[in-house]
Amino acid sequence: MRSRPALAWLSLLLLACIASSLLLGSAQNPTAEIVLQIRLPRALLAAIVGAGLATAGALLQALLQNPLADPYVLGISGGAALAGVAALALGGGLWLGGSAVPLVAFAGALGASLLLYAIAAAGGRAPAHSLLLTGVVFNAFASSLIVFVTSAADLSRVASVFLWLIGAIRPVELPLIAGVAALSAIGLAIALRHAYALNLLAQGDATAAHLGVDVPQVRRNVLAASALLIGASVAVSGLIGFVGLIVPHLVRLTIGSDHRTLLPASALAGAAFLVSADTLARVVLAPIELPVGALTALVGGPLFLVLLRRELSRLPS
Amino acid sequence: MSDPLLVARGVSHAFGRAQVLSDVSLALAPGRLLVVAGPNGAGKTTLLRVLAGTLRPDAGEVRLQGAALAELSRREIARRLAVVPQESHVPFPFSVREMVALGRAPFLGPLGREAPSDRERTERALAELELEGLASRAYPTLSGGEKQRVLLARALVQGVPTWLLDEPTAHMDLGHGLQCWERVRGWIEAEPGRGCLLVTHDLLLAARFADELVLLDQGRVAASGPPSQVLTPERIASVYGVEALVGRDAEGRFVVSPLRSLAGSGRGDRAENFR
Repeated sequence: MRSRPALAWLSLLLLACIASSLLLGSAQNPTAEIVLQIRLPRALLAAIVGAGLATAGALLQALLQNPLADPYVLGISGGAALAGVAALALGGGLWLGGSAVPLVAFAGALGASLLLYAIAAAGGRAPAHSLLLTGVVFNAFASSLIVFVTSAADLSRVASVFLWLIGAIRPVELPLIAGVAALSAIGLAIALRHAYALNLLAQGDATAAHLGVDVPQVRRNVLAASALLIGASVAVSGLIGFVGLIVPHLVRLTIGSDHRTLLPASALAGAAFLVSADTLARVVLAPIELPVGALTALVGGPLFLVLLRRELSRLPS
Repeated sequence: MSDPLLVARGVSHAFGRAQVLSDVSLALAPGRLLVVAGPNGAGKTTLLRVLAGTLRPDAGEVRLQGAALAELSRREIARRLAVVPQESHVPFPFSVREMVALGRAPFLGPLGREAPSDRERTERALAELELEGLASRAYPTLSGGEKQRVLLARALVQGVPTWLLDEPTAHMDLGHGLQCWERVRGWIEAEPGRGCLLVTHDLLLAARFADELVLLDQGRVAASGPPSQVLTPERIASVYGVEALVGRDAEGRFVVSPLRSLAGSGRGDRAENFR
């Protein structure tokens, strides 16, 4: 088994990424206060969001038997963001220092997942293009509603609409980080519990059933896990795209497809990836900060096209 | 005669208004290769789903090794019945060994932890189907014939007495197709109590290998019995719209040879457009 050493190496990589994010920034000689109260919470948040999005991507890919699935591409992040923004606009999101937003965003992610499933998967396995089209259309729809809601409710002081739509790691309070971490941990635990069943589900719903899997039950639980991960991530970072596409793809190439390794490895690698991307976003144009979502899309967009081309050429027509 | 492995009694099913299966009955006895054949649209795929328990029929009953299929959980079914699908598209680079090992799933805990004996079974199945050299290869990179061998190895690893095969030779050339049928025959004969139901539209291989043939036509059993009794020239003409020669070779084996389609005369509506 090469899975244990791989997970150990990825943990080290994550620690190294967090350490370098603490050392790098626009302040040349950062005080302990900057490092501990600004950079550390931000690195932790980036790690949680990256782990959540990457794991959710791997879950959705197995569930839909489609390596192109990604929370953002499928419009599930859009549903989560829309619900979160609506909660803020109605004032309901500010309970518990804003910790209600992740819960509402989870509900939004769940709703979008079910909608996607109902529309695109009607009549068996959904063809790649119908899933992607549904996601793109739903994303556009959610984005316009987000703009509408934020403008109408004048939310500019709570969160800029631009940061919601492009996706960025924003400074948030500690209780909110704790809430997001708790939701993500629950999602990850459910996901890991179904890792072996996902190996079977990745073969197709029929084969999974033939090998003894209760497909509807596993599908429900895994959709809930991915919605938890996506809702928690989106509530604090907006629409960061393609992490769920890039990371599981690289993990499959280097470590393998067995979900018992793929899921934890994607979580670790996703965390490391987003921490470094966010560090880069802070320093590359310092003192101006790039939203990290712009960076992930810069890498993820072209990769998506490459994967799409390969998928289309492989599929039986 | 010993109890049948798999029995269907009076199975009927409709999708909306289309009656796909009407009063289909069959029984697979141990030691037998039962072939369900029929032209496209005869209801073969639907029958297979009913027999595998993934589709509940409108009427009729299926029994698997004496138990009503409707009352068994997916896991209980998978501990008695292996389904070998057509060459399947798996979009992830699982290795051949990983694919074959999945056959143990019905016997493992929720985390899929394998005992050494499970791993031994996998290695034996890989050896038996001459897949050792490919064990570390990614499944999607294999040829059609190689993929089929992986799926057969997975059924072997499952270690259950009843196999259900769906068009195993649909994407294979003649040589690989023959090899596949020979392997299935070999598996049945290797141990008493095993039986296989195979669905195909390939009459020629069915005539050569089946112990018993169920000929489906428009959702009904047109005939069933030994291939030499089922496949009369008249029946092949009425079900397939094909004029065929049937007879025995020098060693007494039953063979069918198609001559020409009977376009225009009765059932030939399929070919009419090409005139």
